[in-house]
Amino acid sequence: MLEIILPILIFTALVLAIIGAARRVRLWRQGRPSDVGFFSGLTAVPRRYLVDLHCVVERDKYISRTHVATAGGFAVAAPVAIAVHGLGLGSAWLTWPLLAATLCMFVGSLFVALRRRNPPARLSKGPWMRLPKSLVAFSLGVFVVTLPAAGVVPAAIGGWVLAVLLAAVVAWGLAEMFLGMTWGGPMKHAFAGVLHLAFHRRPERFGGGRSTGLKALDLADPQAPLGAGKPADFTWNQLLGFDACVQCGRCEAVCPAFAAGQPLNPKKLIQDMVVGLAGGSDAGYHGSPHPGKPVGEHHGALDEPIIVREGKALVSAETLWSCTTCRACVEECPMMIEHVDAIVDMRRHITLELGVTPRRGVEVIENLIATDNPNGFAPDSRMHWAADLNLPLMADVRDAAVLLWIGDGAFDQRNQRTLRALVRILRAADVDFAVLGNDERDSGDLARRLGDEATFQSLARRNIATLSQYGFGCILTCDPHSLHVLKNEYPELGGSYQVYHHSTYIAELLAEGRMEISPWKGDKVTYHDPCYLGRYNGEYDAPRNVLKALGMELVEMQRSGSRSRCCGGGGGAAIIDIPGKRRIPDMRMDDIRETGVSVVAVGCPQCTAMLEGVVEPRPEVRDIAELVADCLVPSAQKDQSGRKDNAGQPSPAVEILADA
Amino acid sequence: MPPDVLVESAPADRLGIAVLVSVGRHPLTGRTRRADQDARAYELALSIAGACTALLHAGQNDAENELALRGYLGMVGASESGENTAERLVVIEQAIGADVLPALVNALRELTPELVLCGMRAETGEGSGMLPYLLAEWLGWPIVSGVAQVESVSDGVATLLQALPRGQRRRLSVRLPAIVTVDSAAPGARPSAFGPARRGGLAVSAAASMPDEARAEWLTTPARKRPRRLKIITALSARDRFKAAAAKTQGGGGKVLTGVSPEIGAEAIQALLKEEGVLPS
Repeated sequence: MLEIILPILIFTALVLAIIGAARRVRLWRQGRPSDVGFFSGLTAVPRRYLVDLHCVVERDKYISRTHVATAGGFAVAAPVAIAVHGLGLGSAWLTWPLLAATLCMFVGSLFVALRRRNPPARLSKGPWMRLPKSLVAFSLGVFVVTLPAAGVVPAAIGGWVLAVLLAAVVAWGLAEMFLGMTWGGPMKHAFAGVLHLAFHRRPERFGGGRSTGLKALDLADPQAPLGAGKPADFTWNQLLGFDACVQCGRCEAVCPAFAAGQPLNPKKLIQDMVVGLAGGSDAGYHGSPHPGKPVGEHHGALDEPIIVREGKALVSAETLWSCTTCRACVEECPMMIEHVDAIVDMRRHITLELGVTPRRGVEVIENLIATDNPNGFAPDSRMHWAADLNLPLMADVRDAAVLLWIGDGAFDQRNQRTLRALVRILRAADVDFAVLGNDERDSGDLARRLGDEATFQSLARRNIATLSQYGFGCILTCDPHSLHVLKNEYPELGGSYQVYHHSTYIAELLAEGRMEISPWKGDKVTYHDPCYLGRYNGEYDAPRNVLKALGMELVEMQRSGSRSRCCGGGGGAAIIDIPGKRRIPDMRMDDIRETGVSVVAVGCPQCTAMLEGVVEPRPEVRDIAELVADCLVPSAQKDQSGRKDNAGQPSPAVEILADA
Repeated sequence: MPPDVLVESAPADRLGIAVLVSVGRHPLTGRTRRADQDARAYELALSIAGACTALLHAGQNDAENELALRGYLGMVGASESGENTAERLVVIEQAIGADVLPALVNALRELTPELVLCGMRAETGEGSGMLPYLLAEWLGWPIVSGVAQVESVSDGVATLLQALPRGQRRRLSVRLPAIVTVDSAAPGARPSAFGPARRGGLAVSAAASMPDEARAEWLTTPARKRPRRLKIITALSARDRFKAAAAKTQGGGGKVLTGVSPEIGAEAIQALLKEEGVLPS
């Protein structure tokens, strides 16, 4: 009897699954076009899945092994089961592997069930609690019905009652595994996930690469939408990416805004986008909500607005403004979903189309437009901090080995100390450098992350035009935000440069022995990784090497390196300042206090400002440049003479030519 | 209708408002922008329910001005319905150095708005603050300056809140049509969004330019910072210093004249100006 029921069940499930898949694909294709390779993407899937994705899943050993057993077992069992039970092929070459695969999947399912007995808060409940049972039903059901085919037990065993019972179990398994995959069950992650890997919007991320720069809007085309105001404004592969979410909540666990009680949960945000894609309300969501925002009140559809304005829509604006763009969620996502891109796309719509950027954000943007710096200082006061330093100006020397990019920290008294320390180091190491002086503008980082792509592009294009007038080997900056924008976001607008963070550059200077260093005599230190240096640019080692070269004993925080917690200052979040239960820098300072150090080394003006904003008593916050400058052996003659030379000569250009 | 008539009067059931906007200038960098007070005037117009707003600018029609003027068209933010926002901005094209007054008077006579809103003074050009008064004189309409809020408009009468120094407000009612000027006491303008600003309609209407002959004879030079008179406070305690800093300025020599004839008023002003050395005595 099973020989009749099983093929019917399997082919019904397959046909329904294919119909579901076609409907889902049609939904995704409602998004805007995206320039990704079709065949190159599809052929890259096995490697992306088995290597890149597995590497991320592997950070949680328990679930990676469970997933290998379950998914691996299913990937083998599903086609073989179709052959054996659907087409009636009874070869031992098929039945025995099928038994092995289903057994493997069954064991995996038991571990899934074990994790679900007392699931951590980050996991979604609801239908996801049903999944281990369905996995068991499929693997066990197919295993048992394969036993007679493999000749282990006689075919006629058990009579029709058992046959019906087995058929029901297999039907349940098939429904979850085949139908659920394309009709929106938990298994959807497998179907959408594979295609998401194939058509990922940042293919450079696979194979150990890095792609973190935001993608530019085409402002020349007046028809192109400015950001995402409705789900259909996303590109189709972004929509596909949202659908790939497996709701594991790793993003939620690392999100600084979520931990601070601000109304953002990256996992919920992605699920909100899925609601927008499929249409309906978020009542079917069974994970942690955006803190302070009850579930079930938001709804959306492909062509309905995303941002809540009057009444209810899909996402509240505060949710989007809570993000610090620290990329911790993206780094942690096993599905490699691009949360930050989506958030900035929606912010672009808020700023460029609706014009409802929160108040202080507007002030910053207006200042950037009128004065090229976020706080509205007079542009010709940009170099006041260096009035006594006699810095060579690019406009005078035209050519230098290093262009020192000052950044907006020039106006900040705290950062000026870092800058002065950096200049001392460069002079001690005899580096041929020059600055743009008042010709420098804000890099555009803040404007872009506040969603004002127009102001970003205006600043970027003018900076590129300025930079193109001069000759320099590389750009050096102590601001990772400027570093990221100059290095990763200017190329799309026509400016490609070699850009160094000061920690990288100092590490090289120290390795070359260009400076004399007296060892650090203080206490142990810890190092806080700035997001825009670490996760955005992959620089984790150089700052640590510098600190070690100074003879410091480095204590690592629990969350460091690629899993470092944000200071709360990125992405304009500190400016918009959405209230939460705690402040992000306070939480980071607690991480620092746990290490028991008295000094924390940082490499970013934002991090310095945020961490120094934590009330005393707390460890001292010092920039790497300051720590190095403190350890410089005062070679008095060189320093003095250099200064005298500069003071004596009206035109520094003469000095540079003589050096060459 | 001749082709250069680009503004249509408001429908009968809606309050017709004309907002006069100018090209502003950032005080630090001198970059052109939407003028702050004019933007506040438009913001005030947007806050009046059931109005039909027209944006008017008389001046040169060049790329830099256009960019600044589009800043007004980007003000769509707060109201989702957007029924009150102006569909387009009409530039009454004028030659450099023209007196825009006659052109504006003609446009307003044609448009017949019930309420004309504008800033107290322009950020560029003469910036004398005389324009609204001259308009009122030419049109024969009443003028109210320094308004912070339009409370209601009914039966051809508007109730306004006029801002006075030290946060005081005076409620006035004015017969329409009237000219109302807005200063920095009015609510701040909403941000200008890039998308609507870029898409917004900008219509250019040719108009005869009347050269400003008086102004052509003037010599203009950049302003110098004038020395400020130091207020010397000889207070011994912190309390006295605070009182001195927070106290109202005592206009000791001033006097209030009410119900006097214009001649007596003018004589009093003349006497004061002579006393202060502004006029030769």
